[in-house]
Amino acid sequence: MGAALHTVTTQVPDGRFLRAAVLATMALGLVLPIAAGLWQTARAGAGILPAIGSTDVSLAPLRQLVDLPGFGTALRLTLVTGLGATALSILLAVGVCAAMHGRMTQQASGRLLTPFLAAPHAAMAIGLAFLLSPSGWIARALAPLMGWDRPPMVATVNDPAGLALIVGLMVKEVPFVLLVILSALSQIQVRQHLAAGRSLGYGRGIVWIKVIMPQVWPLIRLPVMVVLAYSLSVVDMALILGPSNPPTLAVLLLRLFSAPDIRLMLPASAGALVQAFLVASAFAFLWALERAGRAIGRWWVRRGGRGLSAEPGLWLATALSALLFAVGALAMLSLLGWSLAWRWPWPGLLPESWSLRAWSSPGSGWAEALSNTLVLAAATTALSLTLAISWLEGEDRARRGRAGWAEALIYLPLLVPQIGFLFGLNVLFLRLGLSGGYLAVIWAQALFVFPYVMIALSDPWRALDPRLVRVAGSLGAGPWRRLFTVKLPVLLTPLLTAAAIGIAVSVAQYLPTLFMGAGRIATLTTEAVTLSSSSDRRVTGVYATLQAGLPFAAYAAAFLIPALLHRNRRGLQAEAGA
Amino acid sequence: MRLISLLPILAALAGTPALADWQDTVDTARGQTVYWNAWGGDDRTNAFIAWVGKRTEERYGVSIEHVRLSDTAEAVTRVISERAAGQDTGGSVDLIWINGPNFLAMKEQDLLFGPFVEDLPNAAYVDLSPGAPAALDFTVPVEGMESPWRLARFVFNYDSARVNAPPRSMVGFSDWAAANPGRFTHPDPSNFMGATFLKQALIELATDPAALQEPATDDAAFVGQTAPLWAWYDALRPNMWRGGAAFPENQSVQQQLLNDGEVDISMSFDPASTAAAIAQGLLPETARVFVPEGGTIGNVSFVAIPYNAANAEGAQVVANVLLDPEVQARMQNIEVLGSFSVLDSARLDPQARTAFDALPTAPALPTLEELGPTLPEPHASWMTRLTEEWARRYTR
Repeated sequence: MGAALHTVTTQVPDGRFLRAAVLATMALGLVLPIAAGLWQTARAGAGILPAIGSTDVSLAPLRQLVDLPGFGTALRLTLVTGLGATALSILLAVGVCAAMHGRMTQQASGRLLTPFLAAPHAAMAIGLAFLLSPSGWIARALAPLMGWDRPPMVATVNDPAGLALIVGLMVKEVPFVLLVILSALSQIQVRQHLAAGRSLGYGRGIVWIKVIMPQVWPLIRLPVMVVLAYSLSVVDMALILGPSNPPTLAVLLLRLFSAPDIRLMLPASAGALVQAFLVASAFAFLWALERAGRAIGRWWVRRGGRGLSAEPGLWLATALSALLFAVGALAMLSLLGWSLAWRWPWPGLLPESWSLRAWSSPGSGWAEALSNTLVLAAATTALSLTLAISWLEGEDRARRGRAGWAEALIYLPLLVPQIGFLFGLNVLFLRLGLSGGYLAVIWAQALFVFPYVMIALSDPWRALDPRLVRVAGSLGAGPWRRLFTVKLPVLLTPLLTAAAIGIAVSVAQYLPTLFMGAGRIATLTTEAVTLSSSSDRRVTGVYATLQAGLPFAAYAAAFLIPALLHRNRRGLQAEAGA
Repeated sequence: MRLISLLPILAALAGTPALADWQDTVDTARGQTVYWNAWGGDDRTNAFIAWVGKRTEERYGVSIEHVRLSDTAEAVTRVISERAAGQDTGGSVDLIWINGPNFLAMKEQDLLFGPFVEDLPNAAYVDLSPGAPAALDFTVPVEGMESPWRLARFVFNYDSARVNAPPRSMVGFSDWAAANPGRFTHPDPSNFMGATFLKQALIELATDPAALQEPATDDAAFVGQTAPLWAWYDALRPNMWRGGAAFPENQSVQQQLLNDGEVDISMSFDPASTAAAIAQGLLPETARVFVPEGGTIGNVSFVAIPYNAANAEGAQVVANVLLDPEVQARMQNIEVLGSFSVLDSARLDPQARTAFDALPTAPALPTLEELGPTLPEPHASWMTRLTEEWARRYTR
């Protein structure tokens, strides 16, 4: 017993070593590339790119950017779609939570939301583009009723206002925000607050807004910032659903970066800085809103209005969310439909003729894209999971919580717009001779996979019953043995869930794969986005179906494997259900 | 010293150095993988490239990795960023399907390997005399820096089940659109097909079409030449699909719109594409090709090798195989690709000529007579300026 205790106390230096290793990996692998990438981009944006003979600091790149036709519109579009999609997503998600909380277990809602979280943005966008277009599924269903012999003349996708893009973003973001809020709610005494509020005569919706949300907000602030940053800088979805003349800022920048005129890299880099500034301003706006909300909220709460009328709003939010989910599900279904069609002309609701041809020629490209995607997903997820476990284990051994800066560090890659540092990072990787290889892509993807894996794993890890580890320690198990024979097996379900999330994030990566892979590494996502501007929806359907199917399979595995392995371990099943 | 200056002459006298060099190239190429960066938006072209790869693999031990681009400029950017990073050898791009402004940009910035075309044994089947179609790319002399592989002709297509009389001239498009509002569009001019539509109209509408063969450097001349074009376009645009406020990204997307029934007319740089699309189930059986009277723009698609290509020898082998009469005949076969060959039939042996004559036809495949005369591409600078001016006027 004494010996065991002794072992435990002498392990502190070991824990410190582990923490140092994790910190070094984070600094070199995550912070350095982002900082260096931003620095390179900033230099180019300020006119310094010696490789093309530009060596003087000047505002010319910025001026050239601002003078581009439609720049102002692009900026406005970016703000409207980014802020609009985020605000509406939060509104709907809060409404749904208020209306549905208590009627659904967290597990059941998680299962309902998973397919939407698993479906990559690009696949969802491709499906939506067909579903919503004037000649799409919805219009085809309406055609006989409305007497349309030709597709109606309304811009329902790629519309100049960016509404289709907002809808597309919301289909992905409402489930995400919903899940984040649900997980935050598990840390709050919702039932008691609700009961107290209602007994004082407040309506259900009002209790949510006045009592529950102020407690939820600090817990979901970072994820909301991720959603905001993403919406403001999204590329793949904006390419497929967004307006094109002009497009949003991120798409405009991608066009500039890939223009044949080499000098356009300067305004493109300046634009990447504008993009970063836009996201930073949005964060500042959010912060200001929070301060204002706090002041107004206090006054509002003190005023004590009972406001029974919020109920219709809640049901409207729920109905809209259900509609959004239905749209998303139909979009995914239409992808499958197209992949199996031969001729599917207007106004047929179903294909005129079916064919397996698109599926039956894996050699034409999808087999290779699938294997590349699998390799990248496996490598980035394994890497991220290892790092996340090391980090958490390091925290355990030091018996210390996470500092605020460490939490921010995890979120960093998700808060900086991708296009802001990927261009600079690519230049850096080229210098190191890394570009165009799997290593570069794995590295770049891991920057975005790691945060999600880490976030997904942190809470379950901390929730682990400490008595298990203590008992193992008292029986003489050293720290490594405790990790491998107690913690990891018990945490199998969250580990697999985190891995599934990692796979989903890796599969969905577009810009990092495109930039770092030098176009040589074709994944399901890069191919699907390229094919979305081709004439053959049937082939696109195959890629998009596979792209959506892969994360889905990963989630299914994360659900089934523990159920199978732990079928005779009731305690672990309960753990999974918690 | 004198001896050294004599060396090339001696070498020339020593027989066929070019052929010996070629054998060296073929030997070095064996085992290489050529990263061919080519627009990947057409399945039949992709399949053809895969077939070429099989052939080069079997015969020369050179395999092809098709890097599918959504825009050729992506490959150009990649080479540029490699040079920016100082990577002057072992570059990631070995071969690019290229022409027009992308070629001009790479040639002007010395980003190309070459000249290499005349060293290709199969170049003997191509007319490379100065001024010949394969020796000029958008009026810019090729000078052996890119090798031709397929002919392109600008054509329109439409669904004959919905449209009785397509426009007979570019001017006629504005009347047709006025009678059929919302049923016509063109790809975004930032895409080469959209730019080509504007160029086709410019050739018909310019005050002095001959001036288009010179660089568009003079501002006053540009304004004068294009004034009738913009007047015509301002009349056409309000009657276009989505009120002329949005445009399909490229011709593939527009073909999809034609198939979906959202528009009645699409366009292509490949006269065989309509027949091919019907065979693939991508257009209705009733789709047909039409060209305005007076002919349409034609150009040649080339392949070029970046200066820092890691597998330049393999790339030359591929360029040579693309000019093989057997490969060209297969390419022209409507059941395979249907692209017109770049070979000069006068230079072919009778057997090869018979192979070309025996190729099958299809109802939607126009004959060369139906296509009318081929108009030369304006100088590449016109395309750049037209695109910029269009964006300035219509991107708000």
